[in-house]
Amino acid sequence: MSVATSARSMLVRASRASSIRSLGSLTAVRSKYTLPDLPYDYGALEPHISGQIMEVHYTKHHQTYVNGINDAQEKFAAASTPAEKVALTSLIKFHGGGHVNHSLFWENLSPANKDGGDPPSGALATAINDSWGSLDNFKGKMNTALAGIQGSGWGWLVKDNTTGKLSIITMPNQDPVNTTQFTPLVGIDAWEHAYYLQYKNVKADYFKAIWNVINWKTAEKRFS
Amino acid sequence: MELHHSKHHAAYVANLNKAISSPTSANTQSLIHFNGGGHINHSIFWNNLTPASSPEAAKSAAPTLMQAIEKKFGSFEDFQAKFGAMLLGIQGSGWGWLVLKQGAELDIVTTRDQDIITDGATALIGVDMWEHAYYLQYLNGKAAYVENIWNIINWKYAETRLKGDVQGEFKELKAML
Repeated sequence: MSVATSARSMLVRASRASSIRSLGSLTAVRSKYTLPDLPYDYGALEPHISGQIMEVHYTKHHQTYVNGINDAQEKFAAASTPAEKVALTSLIKFHGGGHVNHSLFWENLSPANKDGGDPPSGALATAINDSWGSLDNFKGKMNTALAGIQGSGWGWLVKDNTTGKLSIITMPNQDPVNTTQFTPLVGIDAWEHAYYLQYKNVKADYFKAIWNVINWKTAEKRFS
Repeated sequence: MELHHSKHHAAYVANLNKAISSPTSANTQSLIHFNGGGHINHSIFWNNLTPASSPEAAKSAAPTLMQAIEKKFGSFEDFQAKFGAMLLGIQGSGWGWLVLKQGAELDIVTTRDQDIITDGATALIGVDMWEHAYYLQYLNGKAAYVENIWNIINWKYAETRLKGDVQGEFKELKAML
């Protein structure tokens, strides 16, 4: 191969590489995560969840998870060795999990004068009765599970993807529900930031009150 | 401070006593571990703090510890920055600690939830990074909480712990965790 040919083919390779790189950066721009719109105003869940909690929770905490996953994803794309990528997985899981969990959570809520608190109907109501006898009994079990979380975490009503059976699970920190195994129906944030400004250390009152603003229509959609 | 001490710490104590006195439930061991750890960690934490105006809040109250910090971390500022970054990196509830490891070397570590310092290491300074420790004042701004807590660290107490006057504290309880 002559020097000129070899130089030309290097140029071609370089330009192909640069167009792949720019495609890559386009993809990165397109896949940036953003805060989802809230389907209600900050104060709309009062008195059960205060407007101040909702505003800080959404504009500060959730935003931090969104920024964190975007930042970690950028670093992951730029990392050149497997070791560097592995070192980033904990950040990706934490911030990505925070983004996923909060996005599901906002849709689980609705003002009490809209759908909030209206009991589930149809197949989901039947499934809850089959598993726990009644909706109230289920709520009691879920609240016990939430109160038992040792640290930060979430409680979930989930459907098993294989058996279709309902169960209550808790997840530590921002670990997301394993969606290969389960479909998350209702998630309740048990981090202190979710209730502290209003309920302080009396988290049991928060767990009791939140059922007044749970949107069971969302859960029904996820169930079917 | 009032809620943290009279409600949160009190709940760890009450729940620990409950778990010890009626060890019937399937998760008794987990309850003892969690609430016992909460009791130990908060007990150390209150002593780690002192009014900013007190002589114990001056770094000069801990000459031996300061020397050890400079030896290990290069400078006090480097130690502060490294400790701060570690505190802010905790994913969930937990604590950050300056510890004296076996072999007399300083280190900074984090523990999750209410896990305690173990493996023969001595906790010198603990910083509570549960949201209840700062949320009413700082909301999500935990970096400001971490920055400000340096003003009220009881360096004299940390020096005492460094010199080994705390061996054997909570011995029976630690054995139960």
